[in-house]
Amino acid sequence: MPFKLTPQPFKAAIKEVEVGSGEKAIKLGGEKTFPFYTFDAPMPNAPKIGVEISDLGFEGESAGIKDFYGDVTNIVEMAKKAAAMEGADFVVLRLEGADPNGANKSVDECAELAKAVADAIDVPLAVMGCKNDEKDSEVFVKVSEVLSGRNIMVLSAKEADYKTVGASAGLAYGQKVGAESAVDINLAKQLNVLMTQLGVKPENMIMNVGSAAAGYGYEYVASTLDRVKAAALAQNDNMLQMPIVTPISTETSTVKEAVASEEDMPEWGSQETRAIDMEVVTAAACLASGSNAVILRHPESVATVSKLIKELM
Amino acid sequence: MALTGIQIFKLTPKKNCKECGSPTCMAFSMKVAQGAVGIDKCPYMSDEALAQLSEATAPPMKTITIGAGEEEHKLGGETVLFRHEKTLVSKNLYAVTLTAADDADAKLAAVAKVDYDRIGERMYVELINVKYTGEGADAYAALVQKAMGANRTLVLECADADAAKAALAVCKDGKPILNGANPDNYEAMNAIATEAGVTLGVTADTLDALYDTVAALEKAGNKNLVLDVGTVSIKDAFSKAVLLRRAALKDQDRTCGYPSIVNIGELAAGDPQLQAALASVFTLKYGSILVMEDMSYAQALALYGLRQNIYTDPQKPMKVEPGIYPINGADENSVCVTTVDFALTYFVVSGELERSGVPCNLLISDAGGMSVLTAWAAGKLSAGTIAKFIEEHQIEEKIKNRTLIIPGKVAVLKGELEAKLPAWNIVVGTTEAVQIVKFMKDYK
Repeated sequence: MPFKLTPQPFKAAIKEVEVGSGEKAIKLGGEKTFPFYTFDAPMPNAPKIGVEISDLGFEGESAGIKDFYGDVTNIVEMAKKAAAMEGADFVVLRLEGADPNGANKSVDECAELAKAVADAIDVPLAVMGCKNDEKDSEVFVKVSEVLSGRNIMVLSAKEADYKTVGASAGLAYGQKVGAESAVDINLAKQLNVLMTQLGVKPENMIMNVGSAAAGYGYEYVASTLDRVKAAALAQNDNMLQMPIVTPISTETSTVKEAVASEEDMPEWGSQETRAIDMEVVTAAACLASGSNAVILRHPESVATVSKLIKELM
Repeated sequence: MALTGIQIFKLTPKKNCKECGSPTCMAFSMKVAQGAVGIDKCPYMSDEALAQLSEATAPPMKTITIGAGEEEHKLGGETVLFRHEKTLVSKNLYAVTLTAADDADAKLAAVAKVDYDRIGERMYVELINVKYTGEGADAYAALVQKAMGANRTLVLECADADAAKAALAVCKDGKPILNGANPDNYEAMNAIATEAGVTLGVTADTLDALYDTVAALEKAGNKNLVLDVGTVSIKDAFSKAVLLRRAALKDQDRTCGYPSIVNIGELAAGDPQLQAALASVFTLKYGSILVMEDMSYAQALALYGLRQNIYTDPQKPMKVEPGIYPINGADENSVCVTTVDFALTYFVVSGELERSGVPCNLLISDAGGMSVLTAWAAGKLSAGTIAKFIEEHQIEEKIKNRTLIIPGKVAVLKGELEAKLPAWNIVVGTTEAVQIVKFMKDYK
């Protein structure tokens, strides 16, 4: 008596969202199964990888990242290299310099850079903010405007600023808006409902349901991802069917495992290897629970996670 | 599928003899249904009814115990596919492969190096996978003997009957796993494993063949099994791991209800980063034993952290030990900062304090593993508890600095704390962790 293999695809599906344009546009979502359950039904779109670059350059980064970008002298050149990275599907420009407590770059300066980067690369672009909600919403509005119709991902609108960000990026300028909530299925759904009530179409939305580095409360991330996917697929909850994009490197690059120097922790070995392993392990865990895209920084992490996705597809 | 009390009652003799210790057969049936007593307490059950009941009341996934003494481990016994549905019970274990080609001493020394404590849990490579590579029974037994010196439970990856016998003669008291049964040799391997009293690992290229082999072994009376998902490909191993677990827990097919072994070291040979990625995937999706080529500190820090998170009981918070945690090389003259013992709070706060670069003593008091506001609302974080902590841990003798920064969310405690700790300068800190770096730098 052989094993009784009964494919169990769901009737509902994750919404398919296209980002960017032209040959290298990417499609997120579309699956009717849990991640990589290809024995139930094929996954129409493989999960994607975004390469994160900062508008402040790569000065404080590890040797591997510095080597990769080599002697580039400006962010646009850096973005071009990131776009060509093996395994990269899109480029994520983190406008860290906008932070009023940091470099405090002007909104126009940020928008100009985003435009220059978008013009220089052939892969889709996503922009991230500086974690100051007020400034981020101003920056996102302007970036959405100057890149009107270019179908970029704006990461992201939160409960505090979804009206401004949602209305500009999602309604006025035809971008894809990320709805960001803090590791809780109810908060995620609530924000999606608010955004759709604003008029943003679900097919123009993606979600960031929150992330954390492995070992740092990751159980909340895993359970939120599991629950969101279960609600979307098994219960056909159309307010949770947007594809999920999870930033990884911004979480893993600040934990002790990644920042402690080898002098301080000789038995831990190479700091760079630790940072890569944190990135890879956290990204793989997110993909296994349903992220449709992850955002990474180190070229080796990108190569490894890309290989993982190919093997599992 | 669990039976109800009524269904069990129908199978009892219904004569209320009280010999089982319950007043009536109905009462007895209810207790059996709840799992409070075993069905074997009733002396009058027919063999047929017993067989039916023990089958029906058996858990969908078996709990397999391996190892002996302090190195005893439990595998399997899961009842849900996702941790949020209830909780996951048996964390996955890690093994590192040792073969005759390795420098055994160096490999075992490297395994021993990764051994540390993380929030009250010992993190180390629990198992050594001793792989037979055709070196002959005596040489294999000698290798196994050497591996035993590492004081870990062994997995014998060996499909050769003579070598398996020789190895088990050396190590069977340590209750290793003999991972070597396949559709061709399962009868011989079953006899060897059963005689030695150890768990048998079963593998096959296809899921059908694996299923049939497990069914045949069960028929022969062996239910002390683990299922090796094989090395056909990464995709195939993942599919097998998911399908077996889902069939066992969702579709109640007990033939699939055994823990799994995933040989990640062979699936991604020579690529430690891909191995880390795969170990992460199989931590979430149904690997019970994860076999690696090596376990570096870098891999361990990330993977053990992940595993600890995934295998926490959602109903119980993770806590850190109360005490003084010096940060950035703090000494007795450094400022004191306090927060609760909820692990997530501790990690976020200590991480931000580290990033600030300002030396400080982080004082963690026992707040029942709750977050700041929850603990305050529950009375677990108050001026009284902080003052008591400072007294009990003799902080005033250990630290000369008399400034204490308290979480901004419990600013209300300032006045009362000043009354209870007159020698101290109480400072209200930030309400959110992200503001800590700036606060500490400004404070300094």
